[in-house]
Amino acid sequence: MAAVRADSAGGAERATLGTPDSRRRRRYSHDLIGWMFVAPAILFVLVFFGYPIVKNLTMSLQNYSTTTFFTGFAPWVGFSNYVTIFADPIFITSVINTALFTIGSIIFQFVIGLGLALFFKRHFPLSGFLRSLLLLPWLLPLIASAAVWKWILDQGSGALNQFLGIFGIAPVPWLVSPTVALISVIGVNIWLGIPFNTTILYSGLQAVPEELYEAASLDGAVGWKSFWYITWPSIRSVVGVVVVLGVVYTLKVIDIILGLTGGGPANSTQTLATLAYQKSFVQFLFGQGAAVSNLLIVVSLIFALAYLRITRKEVDE
Amino acid sequence: MRKSRINMVITGAAVFSLALGACSSGSGSGNSSGGKQNLTVEDYYIATYDPIYQDCATQVGVNVNPVHVAGAALIAKVLQQASSKTLPDVLMLDNPDVQQIAQTGALAPLSDFGVTAPAGDVPAVVTAGTYQGKLYGIAPVINSIALYYNVDMLKAAGITPPTTWDELRADAKKLSNPSNGVYGFAMSNINTYEGTWQFLPFFWTSGGDEKNIDTQGAGQAVQFVLDLQNDGSMSKSSVTWAQSDVNNQFIAGKAAMMINGPWQLPVLNATKGLNFDSVPIPTPTSSQKVVAPLGGETFNVPQTGDKTKMALAGKFVACLNSPAMQLKIAKVSGNVPADESSAATWAQSDPQVKSFVETVKTARARTAELGPKWPTAATAIYTAVQLALTGKATPAAALQQAQASNH
Repeated sequence: MAAVRADSAGGAERATLGTPDSRRRRRYSHDLIGWMFVAPAILFVLVFFGYPIVKNLTMSLQNYSTTTFFTGFAPWVGFSNYVTIFADPIFITSVINTALFTIGSIIFQFVIGLGLALFFKRHFPLSGFLRSLLLLPWLLPLIASAAVWKWILDQGSGALNQFLGIFGIAPVPWLVSPTVALISVIGVNIWLGIPFNTTILYSGLQAVPEELYEAASLDGAVGWKSFWYITWPSIRSVVGVVVVLGVVYTLKVIDIILGLTGGGPANSTQTLATLAYQKSFVQFLFGQGAAVSNLLIVVSLIFALAYLRITRKEVDE
Repeated sequence: MRKSRINMVITGAAVFSLALGACSSGSGSGNSSGGKQNLTVEDYYIATYDPIYQDCATQVGVNVNPVHVAGAALIAKVLQQASSKTLPDVLMLDNPDVQQIAQTGALAPLSDFGVTAPAGDVPAVVTAGTYQGKLYGIAPVINSIALYYNVDMLKAAGITPPTTWDELRADAKKLSNPSNGVYGFAMSNINTYEGTWQFLPFFWTSGGDEKNIDTQGAGQAVQFVLDLQNDGSMSKSSVTWAQSDVNNQFIAGKAAMMINGPWQLPVLNATKGLNFDSVPIPTPTSSQKVVAPLGGETFNVPQTGDKTKMALAGKFVACLNSPAMQLKIAKVSGNVPADESSAATWAQSDPQVKSFVETVKTARARTAELGPKWPTAATAIYTAVQLALTGKATPAAALQQAQASNH
């Protein structure tokens, strides 16, 4: 039945079926099988990701309170939740704190992470062991870390102030003073974020071919020059990924701040994320909490889109 | 081609059934056994309360099933249950939450079951559990806060426990020893409702009002606490301490006096070498009685739709609040019976709670004025205190700023 044609590999298949109609049906059934495999995953994403986002949006336009839980009824109030939030004096403070927190965390996490990754590029005894130890902050449960750091940073009896006291430094009000509290919280978040940055950047550095360094050293480019002209351009895409993922994650950080200061002395460590939590789960004003978290989603979305553009460009290049 | 179509159908069916296989339907719990109804009681206590529930269950003629939830998670669980219509038969609520939950319509007025608060109960108990003229919950045992002091430290400094603000300020200063890290006074000024709770005795006794916190009386109270900090009598870390942290400072000997409640008595009694006692919190002038906040949990009957069970639950709540039962619960919980004469009897047998018995007589319910809107005022109060203590604003300016968000 099959007339074997010698011109192409697919020719045998095409010869067996012959007509364009059956080719189309075959592709259709092929696609359908593919869709049926993906369907449960799509359903999962729609239910557990899509529905909460839509619900959050509608909740921000309603007067959603504790009463709604019992009666199931939440009256539409349009944008009044957003107006209330924007008029709240804490809102501006939260936005500024979120910006400072994110920028401060990312810069230092990245710089220290890159420094450590470059350091571990050279293989010395115990370097593997040390690198795995470096992962510890990332592996510990955040609430436990926050509790321990809260104790370490206590002004009177904390370990850090006792240590500084040896050098004659007066006790620093780490979590008590409004200005220092934000710095402390950023510091703990940097400690938390270093493992992620180091690991990703280290694997990015491994991908840079050794020959480039050898060739460069022949031309006299060593140390800083080799970093600037060889290493940095090669890992730029990895850097983009690390920074964008870091920003999207840091915007949402809430457990560290809640554990350390709960929003800080006099709202000095209140960020958009903690404000949303405060509004929804402490004051039970779910409509306003939803409004704040929608703003946070929009900001995260902008950075996520930036991430997609960076990686897409990579593929094209 | 037919074979591939059959394959496709089988694959599709297998994948879908795998996805649906995870779903399973739950079954409702049994309702009555041996003719007796089963009542679920939900609270945030520990198993020490179970004999109490058993006692009342026998008196009312039901079987009781206690469900203990972690303290911070109770309201979240109640809201969850309200939306899934699976509320328990008897619900325990912390008294400032009663009016907010009653507003949602999830609770049944106790008058539906012919239950009223015992006549001898402290008045604040009725105010706390009433929403729009109807009583929804009654607290069998109550508590408040008082001034604990280290007997040895005060004796060494030659002072008697203070009764007025001026005395407190002077005594705290005398008892402070900054080189040793010892402070004369400790309280919790944390940015949660606990901070507000600890500040209320000062706020209310000097004339502050939660409807408008930007008043002179409130300003005096904030100024007083700020003075204690500026004198070096109170640690600057008080803005990060919860009541348990304050207790730890007192136990460690780093605070000579502290504000705390009777629930700390077991821990304090277990500490070897700690000689302590308590007096009611000092007032601005000697002729005043301290107005401290009313603590304690109420028992309520949620709207479950089952009329028979709700009636039995009403009887159960009434049983828990009978003066005889109040004494039993006081023994188990360390709190004070709500009935005034029972409380007086209780103070005789347990002298350590005398100052608390004294304080609850004039205690005030936090939700008395604002009802469900109390959380907003509570947030404003602790924000104002924190703004002043951290130096971000003067007491007057702090109250003004905080009042802006108190609506």
